[in-house]
Amino acid sequence: MPAASQSRVPILLVAAGAALLCVGSYWGLAKAPGEVFMGDVQRIMYVHVPTAWNAMLALTFSFVCAISFLFTESWKWDNRLEAAMEMGVVLSLLLCTQGAIWAKPTWGVWWDWDPRLTTTAVMVFAFGGILALRAFVDDPMKRAVWSSVACIVAFADVPIVYFSVRWWNSLHQAQSTPETVSKAFHWPLRINAFGILFVWTGLVALRARVAWLRLRSEIAPPLPQHAAADARAARSA
Amino acid sequence: MRDVLLAQRKDLLLQWRGRAQLVAIFAFGAATLLLFSFAIGPDSLALRQHAAGFLWLGLLLASTLSLAESFERETEEQALEGLLLLPASARALYYGKAIANCAQLALLGVALVPVMVVLYDAGTTRLVPLAGVILLGTAGLSAPGTLYAAMTAQTRARQTLLPLLLFPLVVPVLLAAVKATSLLILGDPMGQLRPWASLLAAFAVVHWALGGLLFARVVED
Repeated sequence: MPAASQSRVPILLVAAGAALLCVGSYWGLAKAPGEVFMGDVQRIMYVHVPTAWNAMLALTFSFVCAISFLFTESWKWDNRLEAAMEMGVVLSLLLCTQGAIWAKPTWGVWWDWDPRLTTTAVMVFAFGGILALRAFVDDPMKRAVWSSVACIVAFADVPIVYFSVRWWNSLHQAQSTPETVSKAFHWPLRINAFGILFVWTGLVALRARVAWLRLRSEIAPPLPQHAAADARAARSA
Repeated sequence: MRDVLLAQRKDLLLQWRGRAQLVAIFAFGAATLLLFSFAIGPDSLALRQHAAGFLWLGLLLASTLSLAESFERETEEQALEGLLLLPASARALYYGKAIANCAQLALLGVALVPVMVVLYDAGTTRLVPLAGVILLGTAGLSAPGTLYAAMTAQTRARQTLLPLLLFPLVVPVLLAAVKATSLLILGDPMGQLRPWASLLAAFAVVHWALGGLLFARVVED
C-alpha cells in the first residue's frame, strides 16, 4: 500500500474518539438530569443509542464497500469490507449486550422478541456468517467476490427481517431521536455518537491496513530467499 | 427461457435418478418432526399449536441437505466449469437450479404434511392454500439457498457454512410461513392469512431477483 498507509490519521481519530467518549459519558453519567420514570437506568442510553446509530452506519458502509468492490474490483474495497463488517458485527453485539443490561431492570427480562432487538440479533448472525465464510475461502478473489455478494444479499434482507418481526410482535419503545428526547439529553448523546464514530472509523482504517498486509502476502508471497533473510533478521532482532 | 427450462430439466432428472437421496432427506425431515414432539411432551393441545413451527423447522433443516447436495454434484470433476462453457448464461443456470430446488423442497414439504397431521393431530381441509404457502415458502428458501450453496460447495467446512449463512437470512420466511400455516391449521378468524402470504411472496421476489443478478459473479470469478 502507498505511503498513506503509514499515516497517523487513524490513530489520531481513535484518540479523539476516545476523548469525546470520556467527555460525553462523564456528561451523561454525572451532569445530565435523571430521566423521570426510569431514573439512572436510562443513562445507558448515552452509549446505547449512539452504538445503534454507528452499528447501522458501519454495516451500511460495508454494503457500500461490497458494491464498490463488485464494480471496481479494487482490493482496497475488499480490505475495507472486511474491516467494516467486523466493526459492524462488534458494534451490533455491543448493542445487544447494552440492550439486555437495560431491559432487565426496565422490562424485567434480559431479552424480548421486539423488532429492533431481533433484527440486530439476526444481523449479528448474518454478517458473522459472512465473516466465517471469509475465513474458509483461500482464494483471495473468490473470497472478495463471495463476501461482497453475501453482504449485499444480507443487507437487502435487513428491512424484510425488520418488518416481518414487527408484524410478528412488538414492545420496544419508539426510536430515540433528538425530537423524542428532552434537550438536556442532546449533548451527551451527540458527543458520544461522534466519539464512537471516530473510534470505529479509525479502527476500520487500521484493520483495513492489516487486511491489506495479509492480502499482499497471499497475492505475492515473499520469495524464498527473502523469507529466509526476513527470518534471520527476525531471529537476530 | 429455453435455457432455464433445459437447466431445470437436467437438475430434476438428476434428482429423479438419485431418488434414494430424496427418500433419505424425507426420512430426515420426518425424524426431526418426531424428535420435536419430545421437546414438548405428550400434550396433544400444545403439539397441535406448535405443529406449523415444527413442520417448517423440519423443512428448513432438511433443505440444507438438499440444497448442498444440488451443488455438490456440480463440484465433482468440475462439472460446473463444463456447464459455464455451454452457450447458456449463468443466470439461466441459476434459475434452472433454483426452480429444481424449489420443486424438490415443495415436494418434501407436501410429503411432510401427512407426518405432521398424524403426529400432532394438526389437520386442515384448506389444502389448496396450504399448498400455496408451502410453494411460496420453499421459493423463498431455495432462491438464497441456491446462491449460497454455489459458494459453500466450493469451500472447506461446507456443511457448517451453508446453514450458518442461510438461517439468519430466511428468518422472515420462517416467521411468515409458520404464521400462515398456523392460521390454516388453527383457524383464521381475523383474515390474517393474506398479509403473511404477501410477505412470503415479497421475500421470494426480492431474493429471486437478487440471486439472478449476482449468481454470475459467484460462479464466474
